[in-house]
Amino acid sequence: MRKRRENVKNHEREVRVFRNRSLVAVLIIALMAGGLLARLVYLQVIEHDVFITRSDSNRMRVEPLPPRRGLIYDRNGKLLAENRPTYNLTIVRERVDDLDTTLQRLIDILDLPESEVDAFRARSLQRQRPYQPALLMSDLSEDQIARLAVNRYLLSGVEVEAQLMRYYPDPIVMSHVLGYVGRINTEELAELDPGNYAGTHFIGKTGVESTYEDQLHGKAGLRKVETNARGRVLRELDRDPAEPGKDIELTIDSRLQHMAYDLLDGRRGAIVAIQPKTGDILAMVSAPGFDINKFVTGISYKDYQALQNNLDLPLYNRAVRGQYPPGSTVKPFEALGALQNGVVKPNDIIYDPGYFQLPNDTRRYHNWLRWGHGRVDLERALEVSNNTYFYTMAYRLGIDRLSETMHEFGFGEVTSLDVQGALPGLMPSREWKREKYNQAWYPGETLSAGIGQGYFMATPLQLATATATLANHGHWVRPHLAKQVGDEAIEPPFAGTKPDVQIDHARWWEDVYEGMEAVLHGSEGTARKVGAGMQYEMAAKTGTAQVFSLGQNQKYDADELTERLRDHALFIGFAPVDDPQIAIAVIVENAGGGVSGLGRELTDAWLLPDSELKNQPGTTVNEEVESIDGD
Amino acid sequence: MAIDFQRVAPRTQRARVGRKRSLWLRLHLDPWLLAILLLLISFGLVVLYSASGMSASTTMAQAIRMGVALVGAVVIAQFSPGILFRWTPVAYGAGLLMLVAVEIMGDIGMGAQRWLEIGPLRFQPSELMKIAMPMMLAAYLHRRPLPPTWRDLVVCAVIVGVPVLLIARQPDLGTSLLVTCAAVFVILLAGLSWKFILALAGLAGAAMPMLWISMHDYQRQRVLTFLNPESDPLGAGWNIIQSKTAIGSGGIEGKGWGLGTQSQLEFLPERHTDFIVAVLGEEFGLIGMSTILVLYLLLVSRGLVMANNAQDTYGRLLAGSIVLTFFIYVFVNIGMVTGILPVVGVPLPLVSYGGTSSVTLMAGFGILMSIHTHRRLLTH
Repeated sequence: MRKRRENVKNHEREVRVFRNRSLVAVLIIALMAGGLLARLVYLQVIEHDVFITRSDSNRMRVEPLPPRRGLIYDRNGKLLAENRPTYNLTIVRERVDDLDTTLQRLIDILDLPESEVDAFRARSLQRQRPYQPALLMSDLSEDQIARLAVNRYLLSGVEVEAQLMRYYPDPIVMSHVLGYVGRINTEELAELDPGNYAGTHFIGKTGVESTYEDQLHGKAGLRKVETNARGRVLRELDRDPAEPGKDIELTIDSRLQHMAYDLLDGRRGAIVAIQPKTGDILAMVSAPGFDINKFVTGISYKDYQALQNNLDLPLYNRAVRGQYPPGSTVKPFEALGALQNGVVKPNDIIYDPGYFQLPNDTRRYHNWLRWGHGRVDLERALEVSNNTYFYTMAYRLGIDRLSETMHEFGFGEVTSLDVQGALPGLMPSREWKREKYNQAWYPGETLSAGIGQGYFMATPLQLATATATLANHGHWVRPHLAKQVGDEAIEPPFAGTKPDVQIDHARWWEDVYEGMEAVLHGSEGTARKVGAGMQYEMAAKTGTAQVFSLGQNQKYDADELTERLRDHALFIGFAPVDDPQIAIAVIVENAGGGVSGLGRELTDAWLLPDSELKNQPGTTVNEEVESIDGD
Repeated sequence: MAIDFQRVAPRTQRARVGRKRSLWLRLHLDPWLLAILLLLISFGLVVLYSASGMSASTTMAQAIRMGVALVGAVVIAQFSPGILFRWTPVAYGAGLLMLVAVEIMGDIGMGAQRWLEIGPLRFQPSELMKIAMPMMLAAYLHRRPLPPTWRDLVVCAVIVGVPVLLIARQPDLGTSLLVTCAAVFVILLAGLSWKFILALAGLAGAAMPMLWISMHDYQRQRVLTFLNPESDPLGAGWNIIQSKTAIGSGGIEGKGWGLGTQSQLEFLPERHTDFIVAVLGEEFGLIGMSTILVLYLLLVSRGLVMANNAQDTYGRLLAGSIVLTFFIYVFVNIGMVTGILPVVGVPLPLVSYGGTSSVTLMAGFGILMSIHTHRRLLTH
């Protein structure tokens, strides 16, 4: 205790200790300051390059400039596909004070249904880079935008962004021609050039939108921008502008297209019209159509199910994918094959007792007229659509030569230039049957093929194409939908065009034409009622195709079923005969027959100077169709 | 026991004893300290003007605040250490009471609570403790023979421990550590034997796991982020990555005043408060950083000289602690912004935008000047 007391006032010692400690402190401070300095030298001198790069990449961002998608017009310059600004709702969470309150306000303002609220909330919670806007809702209505604008002061962090979206002014009638664009999916993403599609959300999925995707899309540009940490663009440093997609002019005449769609009048069917000289597809209708605009914005599950489950299969492009037995419409082509192969002369008479029998076979292949047409030459065979005559031709030709002839006219193959999803149909042959069924070809099957039945399948596009080739005296032009892509005209000759159909005597073409004219104008013509009062010469051929024969145990009572089991009605034709302007194929499912009127309506409209089509562009046709259809 | 402040003048001062006391002494101001302070504050304002996005009003507000704080320091310097000594227990006791009040209010209000609102004033008791704590320790040790004994250390531990725990519970880990620092400096300067120091260091090391367990999630997150900022580059690691990028991209010469892309384009968070040194580093480069470091070191050196010139234990210990703690602020802030220390909410002294801490710091410098200029320059 004593000793300690003595120490109380030992100032000298305290000062000495303090001074020592201060020196130690100075040393440690020097060390720490040195440490800081070393750190700064490391950051600012040694690693300077790393950080300057990082700082530049921080503030500089390369933004894609998505190209404007090309527009699509019809052959008269009518706009069929355009880009419209639509508005999306986005939210930047970092700028929202109270997310729950804001979301609830948005739900109230937008009047969201309960079912969408959860998805809406989930989208708002997706984690991403700070200050990046998250998409809450796309395609706001004018009304919603207005209500958001009024309540803007309550909604910090919520923004409405504009975006160009595809819009089809005529979505149903043009559905199968145009196809549609939709959001790029993962499989498509894997195949796309990511640079060219950066910033693009849509891609052509079907139809012309798909075929001409590369041209319509254009070339993406880039811009280098300086941004702040919130991703807001402050200024543009460099720009490589986007090359907009090319506009496409189609061969389609939207007036004719509309007329054809209206002529089908809600029935299931397809109409294809081609300009024989150019291969221009003037109309390509598959009915019923569907609203392609719904697919752009993302169709709802419910709507999609409705389309999928619709018995009329609106999504099914009958014009290019519908494979029907062509029935009697194949007879003109078969006739030319028979003439060229020398198995018949135009004036040769075949006697029709009402049926045909193969040698050494008791089975009778019946004419559609049970008691037969009696003496039939080529012209009359076409006029009355005599089966016995063509059974005979098919028998004389044999399946090999029959198949070859039909292939020359494009059956069994895809001949179109740019029609997305076109199917080849089926022209059966010996080899095909051996490959498919590992069976021999039976002569009876040749007879079926000879009247466009059996295995024989063709699409409406193929029928129209074959008709156009027939009208051209065998000269091939690939049918196509695009007339002009950007500055480049799409015109024949096209690569991959089939060789022209060779017929030894030009006169034989005329013989077949005359038989087809008799279909409309002859006293026994199968479509003579339709041909009455025509102001030009038209060659045509009618046809029916059996849907299928009833099984043993199937009942035949339900009305709907009955309707769906009726024969498909077919019609092909071209006019005027001496200078063909239009070739048409019509198929109406389960119509039973009598669709030739549709064909005439279309040729009338196309050829007559004072027709409805010419006078009222783009409008629909009046009810006259119905009366003519009664044949 | 009466305390005799005038008893002995340190030997070193004898040479400077003159008949006439200089003007500065009569004003109770230290020209060197004031000059360095003014240089630092001016440099700070230049940086702040850029960091605030060329906001004249922000800069002016800070200039006024620093001016007021400087006047406060000058006023404090007029009180003699004797007065400060007498008021020490009062300041400490008041600080402790307010910390308890904050604690109680925090319990009621849930979550972090650092403020005490008295009428229109918002007051942070932990700031008062930054000064009151070393004062109390210095006052206690002033009466004790030095070096401190075991018993002294236990008393010191209580004086330090209670407020530090209260501050840590607010929770304000950064401030509680800095207050502890100030206290530890007093004890170290008092001559605590190296054996004790080593033992304490060992104890502190052993206490680390305990500290970890008692941490709040966000505090742990800060430490983890410090250890590996790249683990969450967009979240908690964002601050460190951006500030390192800012400083590193500044290079030797810097990008120029107001031209720092990291700072001006808002990549840098809290750029005019805790992270202001990153703006300095980006825009003025290594040259600017060295300049400010030198200014701080000059200030600390002058402070240590003044502490060594103090005539009694109380003044010496208090002045020494104030100066060393000041340097710790500088080190922790720059260390944090350059990524060698975890992110703790410590502003850069005299440069960061904000009032409370500047007032406390200036009060400290006021005390320093008071201690320095109230020496009795006796001739024997």
